[in-house]
Amino acid sequence: MISVLEQRAAQIHQNGRAPFAMDCEKHSVAGSVSQRACVFCGSRVVLYPVADALHLIHGPVGCAAYTWDIRGALSSGPQLHRMSFSTDLREKDVIYGGEPKLYQALVQLIDLYQPKAAFVYSTCIVGVIGDDVAAICRRVESEKGISVLPVHSEGFKGTKKDGYQAACAALFQLVGTGPIDEISPLSLNILGDFNIAGETWLIRNYYERMGIQVVATITGDGRVDDIRRSHGAALNVVQCSGSMTHLARLMEDKYGIPSLRVSYFGLEDMSRALYEVAEHFGDSRVQQRAEALVHDEVAALLPDLRRYKKVLSGKRAAIYTGGAFKAFSLVRSLRTLGMKTVLAGSQTGNREDYQLLRELCDEDTILVDDTNPLELAKFVQEKDVDLLIGGVKERPIAYKLGIGFCDHNHERKIGLAGFEGLRQFAREVHSTVMSPVWRLVPRRRRPSAAVEANEAAAVHFQPRCPGECSTCDLPHCDVPVGQEILP
Amino acid sequence: MTTHTAKRVNSPFVATRNACKLCTPLGACLAFAGVAGARTILHGSQGCATYIRRYMISHFKEPVDIASSNFSESATIFGGRENLRAGLANVTRQYQPEVIGVATTCLAETIGEDVGMYLHEIRSQSSADDPALPPVVHVGTPSYCGTHAEGYLATVHALVSQLAEDGSSGEHVNVFPNMFSPADLRYLKEICHDFGLPVTLLPDYSDTLDGPTWDDYQLIPEGGTPLAAVRRTGQARASIEFTCVHGEKASAGRWLEDHFHVPNHRLPMPIGIRASDALFDALGSICGGETPARHAAERGRLIDSLVDGHKYLFERRAVVFGEEDLVAGIAGLLGELGVHPVLCASGGDSGRLRSAIAGLVPDQAEQIQVRQATDYADLEELAGDLKPDLLIGNSKGYWLARRLNVPLVRIGFPIHDRVGGARLLHVGYRGAQQLVDRTINTLLESIQEQSDEGYSYL
Repeated sequence: MISVLEQRAAQIHQNGRAPFAMDCEKHSVAGSVSQRACVFCGSRVVLYPVADALHLIHGPVGCAAYTWDIRGALSSGPQLHRMSFSTDLREKDVIYGGEPKLYQALVQLIDLYQPKAAFVYSTCIVGVIGDDVAAICRRVESEKGISVLPVHSEGFKGTKKDGYQAACAALFQLVGTGPIDEISPLSLNILGDFNIAGETWLIRNYYERMGIQVVATITGDGRVDDIRRSHGAALNVVQCSGSMTHLARLMEDKYGIPSLRVSYFGLEDMSRALYEVAEHFGDSRVQQRAEALVHDEVAALLPDLRRYKKVLSGKRAAIYTGGAFKAFSLVRSLRTLGMKTVLAGSQTGNREDYQLLRELCDEDTILVDDTNPLELAKFVQEKDVDLLIGGVKERPIAYKLGIGFCDHNHERKIGLAGFEGLRQFAREVHSTVMSPVWRLVPRRRRPSAAVEANEAAAVHFQPRCPGECSTCDLPHCDVPVGQEILP
Repeated sequence: MTTHTAKRVNSPFVATRNACKLCTPLGACLAFAGVAGARTILHGSQGCATYIRRYMISHFKEPVDIASSNFSESATIFGGRENLRAGLANVTRQYQPEVIGVATTCLAETIGEDVGMYLHEIRSQSSADDPALPPVVHVGTPSYCGTHAEGYLATVHALVSQLAEDGSSGEHVNVFPNMFSPADLRYLKEICHDFGLPVTLLPDYSDTLDGPTWDDYQLIPEGGTPLAAVRRTGQARASIEFTCVHGEKASAGRWLEDHFHVPNHRLPMPIGIRASDALFDALGSICGGETPARHAAERGRLIDSLVDGHKYLFERRAVVFGEEDLVAGIAGLLGELGVHPVLCASGGDSGRLRSAIAGLVPDQAEQIQVRQATDYADLEELAGDLKPDLLIGNSKGYWLARRLNVPLVRIGFPIHDRVGGARLLHVGYRGAQQLVDRTINTLLESIQEQSDEGYSYL
C-alpha cells in the first residue's frame, strides 16, 4: 500500500475536497524521491542551448557526465554546447583547491574552441572548498578577451528554481553589451523556448511572418552576440516563465523592456500568444497577419484533430511537468483532444500557478507539487488514467502499470510547440493510448468499469492514418488495431 | 552534427571533454539495486540522485527510485545528520525496505560527514515517532576518487564486510559479478545451477532492473540478493569475483577470505572463450564436476561459428572503450578472433589496464595502444589516425562512431540510444556467441552497405 509522507500532505490537493491551500516552493523532503534535480541542473538546462559558448562545469565529473548532450536543443550553427566539459576535480584538487585546474582548463579550452563566451558552473563542492571562481573568471576574461561568466549553481543552495535565477543572472551580464542599431521597433526576444526539436525555429517563423523582427532567442538556438544586443528589442515574450521571468524582470528594470507571458503549446495558447504579441504592438498590419496566420494554421490542423478527438474522447490523463505553466497548456491541449486531466502537478509551480491550475481543471482533479514516484503511481492507479505526460523519470511509472506515456520534457526529439506541434502531440498521444499492447498488460486484463469502457472504445476504433492521409495507404488502416487478440 | 574539431594540444589536456566515465555513486546505486528489498539514499544534494536515476532509467527502462538526504545550505555548513535521519525515516515509512544503502556524494565527503557515526547516533537516539530502521549499509563514494566501476565494487565490499556472518560452512558459492547486464546475471545463475552449485550472486539486479509489468505499483521491485544470503556469504565454500584491474582493497572476495576463510577465485571478466573457460574451470574445481554438457555444447557451437566467420574478422581493427575490466575482457575476446584491438581506452585510472590486457592478449600486447583516464574527445583524436573498422563500447561512443563513420557495436552500460541494453549478453560462451555474431554482422553490414553492386549471398 502506497502512503503519502505526512510532511508532504500539504503539497497535494484534491479539488473540491478541501479548501485550496496548496503548499509549494519548498525544499524537497529528505528521503522523498523527488523528481527534481538541483540548483546546478536548473542553471545547466537554461544555459545549455547557447550554442557558441563554452560550458565548463567545475567540479568532479558526475555533473558534467550526466548532462552531456542531455537536451534535444538544436542549433542552426555551432554545436559547442553539445560537448561536456568538466574540470573533473580529483582528490588532490579537493584538498589543495581547484583554482589552478580551473584556470588552466579555461585557457586551454578557449584557445582550442574559440567560443564567443564561457559559462563556468560551480557545483556543490566548489562552494565548500572555497575556490574563488569569480576571480578566475575575471582573470581569464581579461587575458582572453571574451566574457567568462561564473554561474553560481552549487547544488545544495536551493532548488532548481534558484538555478534558473543563477542562469538568468549570468545571461544578464551579457545583455546590453552589443550594438542595437538596425533593430526594428517591431521587434522582440523569444525567452524560455529552448529549441527542442526545432521549436524555436517554428515560433520564430510565426513572428517573422507577422512582420516582427526576432532579435534574440534565449536560449534556444542561442548565440552570445544576439543576447548581447537583446536589450534593443521592444518586447520580451516569455515562455517557460519559471526559468526566464527573472531575466525579463532584470531587463525591464534596467532597459524598460516590457514582457508578455505566453505558452506555445496547444491551439488556444499558441493562438493567444500571437494575438497578444500583435495587440501589444498595436500595428494593424501585424494584427491582420496574425489573424491570417492563425486562421491558416488552425484550418490546416482541424481535420486531423477531429479524427484524433473522435477516438481519444473520454480518455483520462495525468500530467507532471517541470514548470507549471506548461501544465496549463497541456490541460487545454488534452481538452482539445477530448481528454480529461485527472492529475496535474509540477516540480516548481508556485501558489498562483496551482490556483490557476485548479480553476482550469475539473472538480476532482488531484494537484501535486514536487511529487515522487510512489505518489504518482498511487494517483495514476487510483484515477485509472490512460496516459501520463512527463519526462524520462516518469516514463517507467506509466509503462510498468500498463499506462500510455508521452514525453513532454527537454530530451524529446519531437517538436510539440506551435500548431504543427499540436498535430505531433495528438499523434504521440494517440500512438500510445491506442496501442494494442495494453491489452497484453496485466492491469488492463482486470475487469473494471473504466477498463471495459476503454476496450469498448478500442473495438470501435477505426484508425484513419492520422495526419498523413496524403501519404497513407488507406485500405490497411480500416482494420481495427489488435482486433484479432481481443477477448 | 558538425562538430568542433579541435587540434590536439601538445600539453596534456586539463579538462575532461565528454567523459568516458561516470561518478562513483552511480556504481553504488547499481550495486544496491541488486539487493532484495533495498532502497538507496544518496547523502548529498538532490541532483545527484535525480541525475543518476535518469541515467539508469534511460538504460534499464525500469523504475529506479533513489532517495536523497537533500542537503540544504545549512546542512552543508552544520552537517547533514538531521537530513540523513529524516531521509532514513521517510524512506522506511514509504518503502518499508529490508535494507537501506547509504552512499555518500562528493559534497558529503568534502565536508567530512561521518556516516558511520551518524548511523550509530540515529539508532541510539531514535524517538517513538521514528519508524524502526532496517539494517543500513553505508559506503563512501566520493566522486573525486575513482569512477562508477570503483563505486560498484566498493559497494559490494561494503555489503559483505558490514553484513556477512561467520558460521558453519555451506554448500553455496559466492559470485560477485562486475558491472554485468541483467541478462548476464541470469545466465551466471543458470550456469551455477547447471553445475549443481547453490549460488549467492551479489548483487543480482536481473529481476529488479529487468522485470515484467505490474498489476500494482511495487514499492520495491521483486528480486535481488536476499539479505539472509548476503549474511551467509561468510559461510560459502568459495567466492568468485571478476576483475583484473581493481586492487584487493575493495575486493569482497578477499575480505571474506581474510575474515571467514572463504577461498577466493579472482578471475578476469568471463568474456571470450578462454576467460569463460576459466570461469567454468573454477566452478568445476569448486564442485568437483565437469562443465555441464549443454554448456560444453554451447562452447562447441561457438567455436564452430568462429571457424565459419574467421575470415570476416581477421586483422580487422577495433577501438574498444568503457570500464577497464570490460575493455580488458573485450580485448581478450578480440584477440581470440584475430581482430586487432588497436586502441583500448577507459576513463578509469587504475594503472593496471595495460598489464591486464597484456595478460589476456599476450601476442598483441606491443601493438595495442592503451589509454587510461581518457575521454571521448581524446579518443576521437586518437582513433581517427588508427583507421578502425569498428568501435566496441557503450552508446556514448555514438558521436565518435558518427564522426569517424565507423560502425559501433553497443555493449555494456549505458545503452541510451537503443532498446534492450538490459538484455545484452556479454559473459560466458553464450555471451561470446552474441558478441561474435553482432561483431561479424556489423562488419558485414558495413561492407554490404558500401558495395556498389549489392549482393544477397556472402
